[in-house]
Amino acid sequence: MGGRESTLVLLDKNGIRCDGRKVNEPRKIMIKAGVLKNADGSAYIEFGDNKILAGVFGPRDVHPKHLSNTDTGILRCRYHMSPFSVTERKNPAPSRREIEISKVIKEALQPSLMLEKFPRTVVDVFIEVLQADGGSRCAAIDAASVALADAGIPMRDMVCACAAGKVADTIVLDVNNEEDQAGQADMPVGYMPNLDKVTLLQLDGVLTRDEYKKCIDTAIGGCKLVYQIQKKALTDKFFENGGNQ
Amino acid sequence: MTSSVLDQLKRKEIVDLLAQDKRIDGRAFDQPRLLSIETGVIPKANGSARVHLGNTEIVTGVKIQPDKPFPDLGDKGIFICTAEILPLAHPDAEPGPPGEDVIELARVVDRGIRESGMIDMSQLVLEKDKSVIGIFADNSVVDHNGNLFDACSYATTAAILSCKVPKWEIKNDVPVLVEGHESNPPITTIPVSVTMGRIGEHILVDPNAEEWECIDARITITTNSDGNICALQKGGEDGFTIDQLSKCADIAISAATKIREKLKQIKG
Repeated sequence: MGGRESTLVLLDKNGIRCDGRKVNEPRKIMIKAGVLKNADGSAYIEFGDNKILAGVFGPRDVHPKHLSNTDTGILRCRYHMSPFSVTERKNPAPSRREIEISKVIKEALQPSLMLEKFPRTVVDVFIEVLQADGGSRCAAIDAASVALADAGIPMRDMVCACAAGKVADTIVLDVNNEEDQAGQADMPVGYMPNLDKVTLLQLDGVLTRDEYKKCIDTAIGGCKLVYQIQKKALTDKFFENGGNQ
Repeated sequence: MTSSVLDQLKRKEIVDLLAQDKRIDGRAFDQPRLLSIETGVIPKANGSARVHLGNTEIVTGVKIQPDKPFPDLGDKGIFICTAEILPLAHPDAEPGPPGEDVIELARVVDRGIRESGMIDMSQLVLEKDKSVIGIFADNSVVDHNGNLFDACSYATTAAILSCKVPKWEIKNDVPVLVEGHESNPPITTIPVSVTMGRIGEHILVDPNAEEWECIDARITITTNSDGNICALQKGGEDGFTIDQLSKCADIAISAATKIREKLKQIKG
């Protein structure tokens, strides 16, 4: 993909990956709901080395007004990387990559929201990547969906996201930065677990027809793990004793 | 999300027809619109193409010039793809910096070419880490009638296939053009993107402008000459079930075959 030559051993003979994980093992994931005072809903996620904040405002008045829709509420999304989030300082102005990711995140979250209940309003989702690792768009969706639930916005389902990819000719769950650079394919997937619907799907890299199917299935397995962590974040916030579920 | 009365009537007509297994312009569900490709339309460009996909029309030019490599990829040439919907292409198109739709369009087209490995970038190096050949593909949408993803992708692919790469030599650390030594680009495979819209349970290949206004969700699947999948992009305000994604992959692989045959005939 990055096409970079590397001496890194991506998958050793025991099926252990460069960061010590097994093929089907995600990185460490921690989500906390309700971390910001001013936002209507918020969440913080650590997904491997990703550290991401999501804040939600709304439903509220739309500015500029011409964007408002008399039939439904609208969703806006901004995915932004802090200048200090990556090795080389990133220019703070939104890049083309960030604009595209903002759009696909919006389209991944939108199917889960009942915005038709709030005509002429907007729900704003602001995502700040404080530190970036591979798979930041998936981690951003995971945090944003928890923040939307935290804001009390009526939802049909949560959206959970996780990537799968092809590394050393093997389909693996949750591709990290090194694997993304040196691997053969990266497929981020966003998924609504109760409605069984895929709302984010992208792919960089080459897969056969069979690998395509296996990759989707593997990623969805990861999404279901994330879903449990999202639920725990919400029960931890709303039932302080750790939840009654 | 348009909601004028006319749009709602048009949507009803399209959905009613789909219930009878018909599309509004009479095509089969897996049938793209008529594709015509003309190359060499801009002689001042190193490669160019004018593509009609139904009533959608794209003019794409490829410019080739020496450039600096990306810092971490000193042994590869560079490829940059842009897109612009010209204000003359549609009553709603306005001049100005590209919006998110156009940025997504350019990046999806770019990803299809790049990830397929269509161009062997390692053959475009003049001096490692210092000077490489850059291939710049700029898409101008001149008539917007739906599915710009595939139209721009075919136009970019055709323009690259038809291009001639000039020769440069490094003299005193500067690339100097060697006149009269043009070669064909190092092509390894021909990527073909197939965009499908979903309306209810129906999967429609290459939605036209009217269908495009009604789709619940869309997906672009790019395949290479081996029939493997090399890029994907889901879009739109709803999702796909896993079965639908499986079906879309089958449709994309089979629909790409005919289009690839057409692109293969292009000569520099």
